[in-house]
Amino acid sequence: MATNKKLKWSKYSQLIVPVLSIVLIVIFNLFRDPSFFSIEITTNNAGSTVLTGNLVSILNGASELAILAMGMTLVTAACGGQDISVGALAAIAGSVFVKVLRAGEITPVTIALGIVACCAVAMVFGAFNGTLVSVFKIQPMIATLVLFTCGRSVAYWINGGATPTVESPLITAIGSFIPGMPVPTPILIVVLMAILIGLLFKFTTLGLYTQTVGINQRAARLNGINTTGIKLVSFMILGVCCAVAGVIAVSRLSLINHETLLLDIEMDAILAVAIGGNALSGGKFKITGSVLGAYAIQALTITLYAMKVPSTDVKAYKAIVIILIVVIGSPVVKAKLSQVWKNIRSGKAEKEAAV
Amino acid sequence: MQNDVVLSMRGIGKVFPGVRALHNVDFTLRKGEIHALMGENGAGKSTLIKVLTGVHIKDAGHIHLDGAGEVTIRSPQEAQALGISTVYQEITLCPNLTVAENMYIGRNKDLIVKWKDMEKKADAILQNLGIPARAKQQLGSCSLAVQQMVAIARAVDMECKVLILDEPTSSLDDKEVAMLFSLMRDLKNRGVGIIFVTHFLEQVYEVSDRITVLRNGELVGEYEVEHLPQVELVAKMMGKELEGLSDLVRDDNAAEDTSTPVYEAEGLSSAKGVNPFEFAIRKGEVNGFTGLLGSGRSESVRAIFGADRVTGGKVKMDGRQVKIAKPKDAMKHGIGYLPEDRKDDGIIADLSVRDNIILALQVMKGFFKPISQAEAEKFADEYIKALDIKTASSETPIKSLSGGNQQKVILARWLLTHPQYLILDEPTRGIDVGTKTEIQRLVRKLAEEGMSVTFISSEIEEMLRTCSRLIVMRDRHIVGELKGTELTQEHVMRTIAGGGD
Amino acid sequence: MKLNKSLKRREPLTDTQLLLTITICIFFGMYFLAMAIWGGGFLRWQQVFDMLNNNAALIIVACGLTIVMIGGGIDISVGGVTALVVMSCIVHMNNGGSIFTAVLLALGIGVAFGLVQGYLISYLEIQPFIITLAGMFFARGMTTIVSLEPQKIAHEGFKQLMKTKIEIPLLGYTAKNGNLIPARMEIGVVVALLIVVIVFILLKKCRLGRQFYAMGGNSQSAMMLGVNVKRTRFYSYLISGTLSGIAGFVFMMHTGAGNATNAAGAEMNAIASSIIGGTLLTGGVGNVIGTLFGVLTLTTIKAIVTVSGLRDPWWQSITTGAMLCFFIVLQSVVLANRGKGGLKKMLPGWLKKPEETDAGKL
Repeated sequence: MATNKKLKWSKYSQLIVPVLSIVLIVIFNLFRDPSFFSIEITTNNAGSTVLTGNLVSILNGASELAILAMGMTLVTAACGGQDISVGALAAIAGSVFVKVLRAGEITPVTIALGIVACCAVAMVFGAFNGTLVSVFKIQPMIATLVLFTCGRSVAYWINGGATPTVESPLITAIGSFIPGMPVPTPILIVVLMAILIGLLFKFTTLGLYTQTVGINQRAARLNGINTTGIKLVSFMILGVCCAVAGVIAVSRLSLINHETLLLDIEMDAILAVAIGGNALSGGKFKITGSVLGAYAIQALTITLYAMKVPSTDVKAYKAIVIILIVVIGSPVVKAKLSQVWKNIRSGKAEKEAAV
Repeated sequence: MQNDVVLSMRGIGKVFPGVRALHNVDFTLRKGEIHALMGENGAGKSTLIKVLTGVHIKDAGHIHLDGAGEVTIRSPQEAQALGISTVYQEITLCPNLTVAENMYIGRNKDLIVKWKDMEKKADAILQNLGIPARAKQQLGSCSLAVQQMVAIARAVDMECKVLILDEPTSSLDDKEVAMLFSLMRDLKNRGVGIIFVTHFLEQVYEVSDRITVLRNGELVGEYEVEHLPQVELVAKMMGKELEGLSDLVRDDNAAEDTSTPVYEAEGLSSAKGVNPFEFAIRKGEVNGFTGLLGSGRSESVRAIFGADRVTGGKVKMDGRQVKIAKPKDAMKHGIGYLPEDRKDDGIIADLSVRDNIILALQVMKGFFKPISQAEAEKFADEYIKALDIKTASSETPIKSLSGGNQQKVILARWLLTHPQYLILDEPTRGIDVGTKTEIQRLVRKLAEEGMSVTFISSEIEEMLRTCSRLIVMRDRHIVGELKGTELTQEHVMRTIAGGGD
Repeated sequence: MKLNKSLKRREPLTDTQLLLTITICIFFGMYFLAMAIWGGGFLRWQQVFDMLNNNAALIIVACGLTIVMIGGGIDISVGGVTALVVMSCIVHMNNGGSIFTAVLLALGIGVAFGLVQGYLISYLEIQPFIITLAGMFFARGMTTIVSLEPQKIAHEGFKQLMKTKIEIPLLGYTAKNGNLIPARMEIGVVVALLIVVIVFILLKKCRLGRQFYAMGGNSQSAMMLGVNVKRTRFYSYLISGTLSGIAGFVFMMHTGAGNATNAAGAEMNAIASSIIGGTLLTGGVGNVIGTLFGVLTLTTIKAIVTVSGLRDPWWQSITTGAMLCFFIVLQSVVLANRGKGGLKKMLPGWLKKPEETDAGKL
């Protein structure tokens, strides 16, 4: 019975790191400023009642990251590498979205069309990355370097060089609040995406296949799994995630700026996957972990902002956190630590024996 | 002790967690001899070699080296320094460097390397040994045989006294083997002691002076080649004295079965170098592919399952022609395959026992029809009980199970798909005796229930006990098919050993 | 007898030579094409020197990256380190520092990054991509911490140094008014070319250099052959870090101004240059001369894109991306055929020429 209980627990052991990170940040903030997490109900410019406060802005601000982290987790699990072109791809998707909207009047129908179009385009680019990785067997980070290099220029090109705006209450509704709804819409979109991906895992065998391919590709093939296909699919799903993230980012500002849209988000997305306790070398994964990781990163960022760290400097601090995490997680360090731990324990045991 | 002994190992023992890999093994190598080290899977040859090259540290025994007295070898570097060089089956050189660089890199400490001098020296050595390679050539552009020879040349130039060739011929063709052998003889005349590990009997008899046979981690004996006929060598490796063979012929349904075969292959060949072969299996039959390791027995069944790229041949199932190009095709036609290499080809290490069990069935059901949690749990529990898999729960990652139980999980994976034809490649390798007999019994039971099974094992006794027909392979060819009264150890061994006395 | 016959056989191209040959051919092909179609600037030597002047820092960075990539790793912190060096040195000199201390500072920053990243990657065995990506973010963040405002150099001596150019009258051209305008080359180019030569010698002649190749070719084998793989890997990152420090200084000599977005995308340009120059991503194959030509090829392409009327700002990086994609796929095909002899069959006959001439010596 005891072993059974232990197993139930070990199922969730992967989530310890992200949860612990969040808890640490929360405690730190509570000490620093007890009112950090207070939530207020205010009335915004549009006259509707909305929730505000640091907690809401963490949840809201992390939306794009959380969505990208979901896709990134899949790619990481299946290919054992990461996609560094997600920011560029989101910019491309955002540009397509804007392009469609600017073709005519902005109505719910055109918005739906725009979302479908940008998802389709992002899937095509995802498939391009996926082909380089699965068919040409190029390391994911190098393969996605191509799109990383030219993606933002492609985005620029789509809209003919300007940074066009898309002003409409409908767009604002996607980017901030739906009238009458106190919760920011991006948070709702994350929930929607989470449900969609949850359903995908429920009604297909994607989860099992992805893990199998990531853990042991040869065995996967011998069990009849199409390893190339699975890798391709993981990249295409990430493409859709990029498209959704791009739409949110565009809607927040009601304009597309190909240079700054979700800049450097690829690093955060990879970091979210790592903090979520997923091995960057692929295999077993937990999307929940990555999403929690995304919120932990955003919490860290907001905390740094609250401490009056300029937004441009945040990178440096984040880099330190990343290095700390990977150093602690590195097998060599783990092995050394466990050796030390063993020595301590055996020392204790000897002492006990001596007594 | 004779004067010309270069290396003597006495009472070597090595224990791995749960396995006694070597026990009280002696080995003696003389100056200027080629000494073959023989044994089947798990006999302990590779462990012995690894102890000698410092990859593993011995637990017991002594190693004496001519000129150095008793030595302890803790790393490959130390072994090299003592004059023990190894050339492995997989080339351990850098294909992107030139031949000369491969011969000299990592050996001196100068900042600037005088490549001109080295190339000259390398060319001289290559010419001296008659190796058809040039110093300036990129290693990758040489054939595998030449690459191996370059590795040998490096060893020779480092003045090795003991040269270990670990299955050097497994990926060479006849001409290349001949080249390698003439080099080996040349070195032998120069007084180098060569340890030759191989599975090819003919090759042993062609070049070796002496043979040491290991079995189950113990020394069987050391023999002069002239005094050990091929058949006896096979007997020693397989673990039966020729005289004392008790024939274990089971009374099989001797009547010729004329029904349509479940599976039938004609001229099947694969990219992994199996020569085209014919093969058929009928309903409820257990047959076996036998032969020594490297004879092509595994490659043949991989070709049947479509695991390697199939290059030619026709396949019929139940009399209808079908195309099996990849594992999924085979699975669709009701073929299951338990691979030889459990760790690399079989288990999905980090996944739970449950996921490992349902994997194949899931793939057959299709991408959009996931097996529900409850169903998966039911299947897993059913097979954990049926095959008596010892695991804490179905949630336990398979990697934390013992080898035998891992194997049972893979077996469960295929049984769950209810195949009409099941291929088991070395299902009993590296697992405890109890599980072995369980698996053997299971195979018989499955056949009685109407399943066709192909069974491969290194242990001939096991094959005789389980199979009603044996296909014997040697050097990637089928050399015989034995059934009924022919199924005796002696007969099998003679067929494996081939024409030679 | 058999031996003699085989000795006379022609030396086949090594992978490194093969990829280098492809790059050089593509570069000259493109350049001559540009000369034939657009003439103008392409006909002057100054065009070549301008390409060098503008890219001296990139060449240096790419040299370091080539070493790392030959060793089978990757370093994407180089652009960030370059930017950090530029900013730090300018702030240092504007606050009364001398040129000498600025050089020391540049080297110090580069070495520090090399040391830390090298240690983490080789001795703690962490994925190089993650570490150097973090390094890049750290360097970029530090750059803005040093100064968020763009800085302009105010140090008189340094301004003088910036203006100093080497004139080569022989390669000049005659302007419309009849004056001879000599070709001008910046000091940074001399430094860059010097580094190319040094790295070339290091890779070709030194023990360490060949160990990089061995490690990149097959690190397991390299270890069995007695190469200290960890230390070798550590050195590769140390050299790359140091070179980015030098590159930062050269960059500063070219622009004379510091900005948080300095050398933006330098790492990707450097990686692209190395790849185009024939360095295999998987390691073990590559050449610093190829990298030099890689930088030139990339620059020529951009010049051609501009001159051919695709003046919109996005075309340059789209063509760079397309080029990179082409070379990555090419490499993947080369790799797949490596050792199978299929590669040689794929090549047209004229590409096999160069090797045949020097094979006769044996």
